[in-house]
Amino acid sequence: MNSRVELAVLGAGPAGVAAALAASECNVSVLILDRSASAGGQVYRRPTWPLEDQQLKQWPDEVKGERLREQLRSSAVSCRFGRAVWSVERGFRIDTVGPEGLETWEAERLLVASGTTERVIPFPGWTLPGVMGLAAATALLKSQRVLPGQRPVVAGSGPLLWAVASGIVAGGGMPAAVIDLADTRRWVSSLPALLSRPTDLLKGLGWMHSVRRKQVPVISSAAVRKVWREGTSLVVEVIERNRDGTLRRESQERRLSADALCIGHGLLPATEVTRLLGADHVFDAQAGGWKPVIDDQQRTSIPGLFAAGDCTGITGAEAAQLEGRLAGLAVAHETGRITDKMYQMKTQSLRRHTLRVSRAGASMAALMMPAESFIDDIPGDTVVCRCEDVTCAEVQAALAAGATGLNQIKSWTRCGMGPCQGRVCGDTVAAIASRHLGGRTAVGTWSPRVPLVPLPMNDLVGAFTYHDIAIPKAAPL
Amino acid sequence: MHRGRVDEDAVVIEVDGHAVSARRGDSVAVALLTAGISTLRHSPRLRAPRGIFCFMGSCQECLVVINGKRRLACEVLIESGMSVRTTELP
Repeated sequence: MNSRVELAVLGAGPAGVAAALAASECNVSVLILDRSASAGGQVYRRPTWPLEDQQLKQWPDEVKGERLREQLRSSAVSCRFGRAVWSVERGFRIDTVGPEGLETWEAERLLVASGTTERVIPFPGWTLPGVMGLAAATALLKSQRVLPGQRPVVAGSGPLLWAVASGIVAGGGMPAAVIDLADTRRWVSSLPALLSRPTDLLKGLGWMHSVRRKQVPVISSAAVRKVWREGTSLVVEVIERNRDGTLRRESQERRLSADALCIGHGLLPATEVTRLLGADHVFDAQAGGWKPVIDDQQRTSIPGLFAAGDCTGITGAEAAQLEGRLAGLAVAHETGRITDKMYQMKTQSLRRHTLRVSRAGASMAALMMPAESFIDDIPGDTVVCRCEDVTCAEVQAALAAGATGLNQIKSWTRCGMGPCQGRVCGDTVAAIASRHLGGRTAVGTWSPRVPLVPLPMNDLVGAFTYHDIAIPKAAPL
Repeated sequence: MHRGRVDEDAVVIEVDGHAVSARRGDSVAVALLTAGISTLRHSPRLRAPRGIFCFMGSCQECLVVINGKRRLACEVLIESGMSVRTTELP
């Protein structure tokens, strides 16, 4: 058991690091845990091959990430990386598995800054090797500097789509096509919000420009209908959609040959820990799905439990950092390290700024949201739960047989019961069920289960051998 | 793409009994991807091929056996002499 700290932070992305730094500056003892080897989260992931100074201008995120890691290094925050959290109890006790095996940590307060997982809506062939998420492609490009393919199809919705496509172009690849689910009208409708963040807007336009300049074919208002393998290539079938998201029946399908398919349909808040601890959650489609209810000090409904960043609703990295700082200061205030007056002074303008930035971020997130009707087009024989190979038809059958919520579907079909714990299929299955059960609130969420990540039995039992097992003498007859 | 100095970091690992060149600093997943090894396992029920999908330790699709232990290929960094077994079912 490690010594008890005043604040433990789960997740070293922009929200977690900002919170840790803010609390630590006020002399709160802080521990930060993350499953990656270094701080930065997904957005500021530390690159394996750092860029030379002159190249950095093109990659502002890399500069931000370096600054974040430098601040953390020179702070009093105690950092433990490479640790995956597999259990959290109120009070708070945190169990991790990592390079030192199993470890237990204790903290008076807990901040969850667990970020997001990516939503990929299933289609036939999405389980094939060579098909990966847009977030995965981003990680490859940003931190490993590897192209997901030389001529991949890049498909889906939201800013990541263009970030990936332009990253591939910059890396010397040539996307076979960019398939954008949104049409121009949807992008234009989010302009007012984007205009309040000119740097983000310019960044996005820059991505689009670099892709179009290379004459990469761009198909708007379209979706991948299916993908299959022919020899060493993937064949991607694309179909156009109407404004409301329904398939345009009369449209000709197009077939594209590619060596990979990068596809994603937005981000979902990662709420495993806050749900495991029993905090109140609410469904908010615009924010990406279920999110913990938090007050203006980033406090959840559980005393001592805070949450910040994208795990409280998708608003992007910049908002996450501000929310994190608010949470860190709130902890400093609660622990009496800063006076009421000091706290008011430090947070007053910060809170206004946060609100403004998160509003712009939220409108970008809304742009990533696929239309609900998308779900109705998943063919019956398509696998929706990758871990357990459960098809859409099997989920529909469970619903037709009277399943009343997500957990009943799980018990009946094994959907969501595999090693990913329903992180990949949860949103899809809930959306399917929502059509039968009248809304996502009625459908509910998976019951979170410990271990939160798969735990190898070897790690759990350590160096025990058969001879270590104490066998009591048999009781006399 | 900027990938540092190639010669210094070049190592050889063993994948399913074959020697594969890789680079220290890369994750095992990247090494497999750049070596053209895309199928890492087969799904338990339909026995369908699977490969890298989320790249951030969430989807569990890139589970392989590294030096005798089940690990996610996207989370383990390459070391010289590493042995990797893709977890195909018999």
